[in-house]
Amino acid sequence: MKQSRGRSKTCSPASHGRSGKRARRRRTAGNRLTYDFAIVGAGPAGLAAAELATQLGARVALLERHRLGGTSLNSGSVPSKALIRSATLFAGIREVMRLQGSGQSEPVADLRRVVARLREIEERIGSYHSLERLKRMGVDVYFDAARFVGPRCVETSATRLVFDKALVATGARPAPANIPGLAEGSYVTSESVFELAKLPQHLAVVGGGPLGCELAQAFCRLGSRVTILQDEAKFLPREERDAAQILAQSMARDGVTIYLNTKVVGARIEKDSLVLETENYDMKRQVAADHVLVSVGRIPNVDALGLEAAGISFDPTHGIAVDEFLRTTNPHVYAAGDVCMPHKYTHVAESTAHIAVRNSLRRARLRHTDLTIPWCTFCAPEVAHVGLQVWEARARSIPIKTFTVMMQDVDRAITDRQDVGFVKLHVAEGDDRILGATIVASRASEMINEICVAMSTGIGLRALAEVIHTYPSQSAAIRLAAMSLDEPSQRAT
Amino acid sequence: MGRDEVESDEALIERLQRGAFGYISRYTNPTNGLVADTSRAGSPCSVAVVGFALSCYIVAVERGWLSRSAAAKQVLATLRFFWNSTQDTAADATGYKGFYYHFLDMETGRRVWNCELSLIDSSLLLAGVLTVGRYFDRRSEEAEIRALADALYRRVDWHWAQNDSPALSQGWHPELGFMHYGWEGYNEALILYVLGLGSPTLPLSSSSFATWTLTYQWERLLGQDVLYSGPLFTHLFSHAWIDFRGIRDAFMREKQSDYCENTRRTVAVQREYCERNPRQAVGYGRDIWGLSAGDGPTGDGARQFAKDPSHFGYMARGAPFGPDDGTLCPWAMLATLPFTPTAALSGTRRLLATFPQVCSEDRFASGFNPTVGADGGGWVSEGWYGLDQGLLVITIENARSGLIWSLLRDSPEVCRGLKRAGFKGGWLTS
Repeated sequence: MKQSRGRSKTCSPASHGRSGKRARRRRTAGNRLTYDFAIVGAGPAGLAAAELATQLGARVALLERHRLGGTSLNSGSVPSKALIRSATLFAGIREVMRLQGSGQSEPVADLRRVVARLREIEERIGSYHSLERLKRMGVDVYFDAARFVGPRCVETSATRLVFDKALVATGARPAPANIPGLAEGSYVTSESVFELAKLPQHLAVVGGGPLGCELAQAFCRLGSRVTILQDEAKFLPREERDAAQILAQSMARDGVTIYLNTKVVGARIEKDSLVLETENYDMKRQVAADHVLVSVGRIPNVDALGLEAAGISFDPTHGIAVDEFLRTTNPHVYAAGDVCMPHKYTHVAESTAHIAVRNSLRRARLRHTDLTIPWCTFCAPEVAHVGLQVWEARARSIPIKTFTVMMQDVDRAITDRQDVGFVKLHVAEGDDRILGATIVASRASEMINEICVAMSTGIGLRALAEVIHTYPSQSAAIRLAAMSLDEPSQRAT
Repeated sequence: MGRDEVESDEALIERLQRGAFGYISRYTNPTNGLVADTSRAGSPCSVAVVGFALSCYIVAVERGWLSRSAAAKQVLATLRFFWNSTQDTAADATGYKGFYYHFLDMETGRRVWNCELSLIDSSLLLAGVLTVGRYFDRRSEEAEIRALADALYRRVDWHWAQNDSPALSQGWHPELGFMHYGWEGYNEALILYVLGLGSPTLPLSSSSFATWTLTYQWERLLGQDVLYSGPLFTHLFSHAWIDFRGIRDAFMREKQSDYCENTRRTVAVQREYCERNPRQAVGYGRDIWGLSAGDGPTGDGARQFAKDPSHFGYMARGAPFGPDDGTLCPWAMLATLPFTPTAALSGTRRLLATFPQVCSEDRFASGFNPTVGADGGGWVSEGWYGLDQGLLVITIENARSGLIWSLLRDSPEVCRGLKRAGFKGGWLTS
């Protein structure tokens, strides 16, 4: 992305096609402009909303204080997946060396080249939502910080916009470390880690959530020594025990040093190192690293938006309060994406943006609570989930049964030497309706989509069992799990 | 016995049960009843092993290995020690609120290693305490045993241990308070909840058990419908004392199973897994299985031999989700004797014939890994672990006579705990 942050740089379309609908924009006195739909934030939610809103014929203003694409493109999903791809290649080189019995020293990545590659990838993917393309769609883009100054009014440093409806899609950012002695700027986050000039010799990762695990394993595979510190009993607290344990085993096999139940209570600088002081109850430990990556969650971007002036309720932890239709406490303003959703993923941001646009501009009554939301942690193996967790079903008194196939019993996983993991399909007891699924596999992020289709279209396990899958394929595990529904359980010993 | 003579099942079981009991008698401090966690020099006491040991004395009396008076004397020394031990917030106390620290100094009985006040290990100790309270029923000389057993159980503050939470955490530290992680999924905590709910004084809340069981997962796994928990010991510890045959809580009623049947199915999963042997570990098969908590080779020690450098040392291993580094617990198959006698015996015989080095002085080692080792002998854990030996003595006895099960079937505390947890049916109804 080449757009730079400018002061109220307005990029209005010089000309456009569907002039009949777009004539709704009107200038009023001074610098005041009126729009059908004003979008604050041009990340995945904002861009998806802008595209759909213009398709629906609305006059759209898009206000972005930094760069198009938001975190996902510039410092989130896209660069991290590109980094993980490079790391996977290095892991493959090591496997080849082991198979050939090579006595050569293990390869270490040149981080500058890795980052250069991921920047190229960002640019390529970002071009879809370029400024030029937005202009062609008829979107007015304002590169400036925006703040609400009234229930239906938002302004930049130079312009005041009046809107009929608005969407807040300002996303989220890494939560600060809050570790005594660890000043802001002395550590990197899941966003700033891509600005490192060279590969850390020893990277300490604080936090064992999805981002922390992904980056810990990736840097280990690139050649860094990595220590990960997690203050809970397992990684990925939202995932089930078996998935988290398999991931921990895999990370350990890669060479990541793992400290669970370990809290970082302090930090200090010592020569060229940052020393983290940790506690696992009575066990105190010091971890010295040349770089520290803090990944302890994400907090919504709600500061300096003037939300109070617009009558929009929010809190700094959970973000903007929305109802099931994504409407804020201001009936003219909606929110979408990370700023209001507990599931902070790009695909959720885009989906909720579409709901918000249709509800606000077309008076639809779509509920975000009806979404079937999959997610994935892109480690090796990947950990993907959709729908209910078993404990959620049981808490709702829904009898549930899980059909499990281990990847070690799937031919393609064996041929690929990627046989760590499982497919678990959670089904209503006595029925074949899929309530949820967890997949731990090298391509779980792809496999879970088959389950999403089944759940969204009401395909049950019996129908799924009849679907011919290619052989050999890892997704055959899904069919195997489905086929076990009608197999009688074997007699115990 | 001559070389060509085949030892009968009964003789084999008797020999191995007595061998296991030999650990208890050899590694107990007779003055306070504390039993060493392992046979290794300097090992502290594990309070859980003391719980097993208390029950083992009863077996020894019934088997004629120990006189009743000698057993009563040892039991009394043990109960007196715990009753009189320091119960406060001092860092080197023996316990607090009726619970005990996981590891104690063998001589002084004080906390070592800054370990946690362990709810589960205290529960295993208390299971033994309740068992001797039921068994020693004679009037004068054994009355103190019953009184102390009752007092030890009554003074446990389970309500405090719940810490205003819906379910239990795993322990408490005087320095840092309650551990912030609890019990997720089915595991050995079943007896902890039953004893905590059965207390006539300071019980767990009635909803605590239901809260824990919300984390259960019922799976079709390797051909079995099973409540999964990977390590085999989690299907055996609570079952050593409580006879789960035919009694069901709400979860098992919904699934039309029980915790005893579930152990059988878990054995089937383990056998199936070891037959499939996805990690191609040496030795695994339908008759050599047993992934559980036990000692194992460590990375550094194993690296010079192993195909795969990932070895975990002491760890709770499980099937099929792992961890699995090729290490099995040689005692585990025999410990399933009350549930799957055929599999337990055929497995134990095959193991002893194939890897006789796992058993010395008629006692099984904690772990062995036949994949590790260039000479074909594999890696065998040094010495013995008390938990393994105590468990074997009790489970073998339950298979032979049902003695320990029958004692606690008559325990008002256990029955009350089971009923408050929602168990119904079978012997509990009658």
